[in-house]
Amino acid sequence: MRFVAEGSARGPKAWRRLAAGLAALAALALAGCGERTAKDAAGATGPDDGATVAVGVLHSLSGTMAISEIAVRDATLLAIDEINAAGGVLGRKIRPVVEDGASDPAIFAQKAAKLIEQDQVRTVFGGWTSASRKAMLPVFERTGNLLWYPVQFEGNECSRNIMYSGAQPNQQILPALAWAREQGHRRFFLVGSDYVFPRTANLILRRHIEAAGLEVVGEAYVPLGGTDFSGVVSRIRASGADIVFNTVNGDSNVALFKQLSGAGLPPTKLPVMSFSIAEQEAQAMGPAVAAGSYAAWNYFQSLDTPENAAFIKAYRARHGEKATLSDPMAHGYLNVWAWKAAVEAAGSFEPDVVRKAAVGIESISSPLGTVRFAANQSLVQPAHVGRLRQDGQFEILWSSPGPIMPEPFDPLAFPGQSCNPG
Amino acid sequence: MDALIGAQLFNGLSVASINLMAALGLALVFGLMRVINMAHGEFLMLGGYLAFLSTSLLGPAAGVLVSLLVASVGAAVAGAIVHLLVVRHLLARPLDTLLATWGLALILQQLARDLFGPIGVEVALPAWLSGTAGESLAADGDGLALPASRLFILAAAAAVLGVLHLALRHTRLGLAIRAVSQDRMMAAALGIDVRRVELAVFALGAGLAGLGGVLLALLGPVTPTVGQAYVVPAFLVVILGGIGSLGGTAAAALLLGLVSALAQVVVDVAIAQLVMLLFVILFLQLRPEGLVVTRSRALDA
Repeated sequence: MRFVAEGSARGPKAWRRLAAGLAALAALALAGCGERTAKDAAGATGPDDGATVAVGVLHSLSGTMAISEIAVRDATLLAIDEINAAGGVLGRKIRPVVEDGASDPAIFAQKAAKLIEQDQVRTVFGGWTSASRKAMLPVFERTGNLLWYPVQFEGNECSRNIMYSGAQPNQQILPALAWAREQGHRRFFLVGSDYVFPRTANLILRRHIEAAGLEVVGEAYVPLGGTDFSGVVSRIRASGADIVFNTVNGDSNVALFKQLSGAGLPPTKLPVMSFSIAEQEAQAMGPAVAAGSYAAWNYFQSLDTPENAAFIKAYRARHGEKATLSDPMAHGYLNVWAWKAAVEAAGSFEPDVVRKAAVGIESISSPLGTVRFAANQSLVQPAHVGRLRQDGQFEILWSSPGPIMPEPFDPLAFPGQSCNPG
Repeated sequence: MDALIGAQLFNGLSVASINLMAALGLALVFGLMRVINMAHGEFLMLGGYLAFLSTSLLGPAAGVLVSLLVASVGAAVAGAIVHLLVVRHLLARPLDTLLATWGLALILQQLARDLFGPIGVEVALPAWLSGTAGESLAADGDGLALPASRLFILAAAAAVLGVLHLALRHTRLGLAIRAVSQDRMMAAALGIDVRRVELAVFALGAGLAGLGGVLLALLGPVTPTVGQAYVVPAFLVVILGGIGSLGGTAAAALLLGLVSALAQVVVDVAIAQLVMLLFVILFLQLRPEGLVVTRSRALDA
């Protein structure tokens, strides 16, 4: 009773407050609209004013992925500046609009929509985790825009609105398997962090290992960020594996390598092939911990080509003589150049025309060497196997005889599926 | 399979000793003040980063031994500061200490992220800690490999437990701690400076966590959120052990370590964690007060 009486006594006051609040909200909304229209007016002269063209750069600048993605953003911006310095694209300067995906797939989707709908960018360079890509995909399909994705991934996806320049499984994982087989390894142990990339990668690996008459002697997953590998290490020891294929992500690798070494299995005794340790990660963790282990990538900083030397020099001129480069950065960099070539071939910034022109370009010069996009909008590129040295650089042990055609759907793991974006 | 079970028994002991190092400080503080210190894990992290700094400056050989001292003292000082600035003022409001220490944990994590970066760093090990004890044992795949680092952690945890037990039994401070734990008001009436005892215990708890942080760094990376990963099992250990009993805490650490390690013989790490949680839930259904029941006026009230 008393509660009700009190409530009704408060009634008018509450109403007044609510009314005041609503008024304030309306004022805010009006102000927002004013700002919005002002921006739109500027925007209208922005993308198509004949002087500049807006593109989105969408990476995590905060959160757990920031350390990796900020470097890709920097490599992307380097390419944009180089192109602008050389006169731009179709006579226009590129105007990058940088947004922060904050290591959160939902924010990636939200920021992608903002870039396309509000900033009216003509294309977007960005993404790292498969979760961020999957979250952005519907936005790009709905708006008909185009995303250039720079990171190796698990394949099993095919969208006409994404250019996949990172390795498909048959451009990273399977060449590594072929190399390990050549080296005489017969008994494989698969260990990974527990999420989509390691699970899918290991499914593909298992099919290929078994098809080749070799043996998977164990498969184990540790939660993302997990540091207790005691059980995994015991199982590896007991399994009699002669090589470990490692898709553990991030700094969990410190725990994996330390605990393997502690159990008398350093990389010199039991080889480990990693798919998520590049120069950046090795540097951040301290390279000594995984020194001697192998990695497979399409790009190593130690690649000895004039294009790569120029790339390293240009990047270091901006970010210091000690700056480390890695595979996703090289892909982020080449994506901008590929977009420029496609726009010029098409004579248009229209995303749908650009993507069709992109797959028709015969050759794109890049730090990886000469590459091109296949009809399935993935990159035709070489693969390399390297061994991590004490200084955090990789000594390249093996390179594919030539560029490898990308296969988004592995014929053994996902038979009968093909990718024809059209 | 037998080798695997043997290895997992040892791993269980090893995990238990790590959880014990994380749980001891928590148990002491909770036993004395009924404060659930959500920032306890961050003292572990602090210890880990102090170990990283020590080994980077002095090299692995001297660094690890020095860091045991630096990390425990450093974390104890940090704990004393936290107690004086935050916890002391909120003692009468348990919910507020929970929130305040959680906020503190977030601040400390972000601080570490800004200082050291979000990717974990590695503490380099001296040669005598990075091998296995008895190479002959480790030579073939079937043998039992006892990593030197895990043996060291086991020994350190046992030593800490022993020293703590003796200190609580046989020193004046220990006597005061036990007195305040059992009956705060009576202890105060008998002339024990309760506030100083609380300060000492909070600093001691933090120092033990700092020491634990060094031991963790021997096995894995030191990350800004490393404490979060260990504080949850530590809470489980404290609850399972029964509040206010060192022996119970030790027994609970052992029990949980063995359950999770032996579960890993048949299932993945993720499922093993699930099994461990289920075990704790079931156990507390049967014995709500934990392994060891302590009678205390403070608990009766």
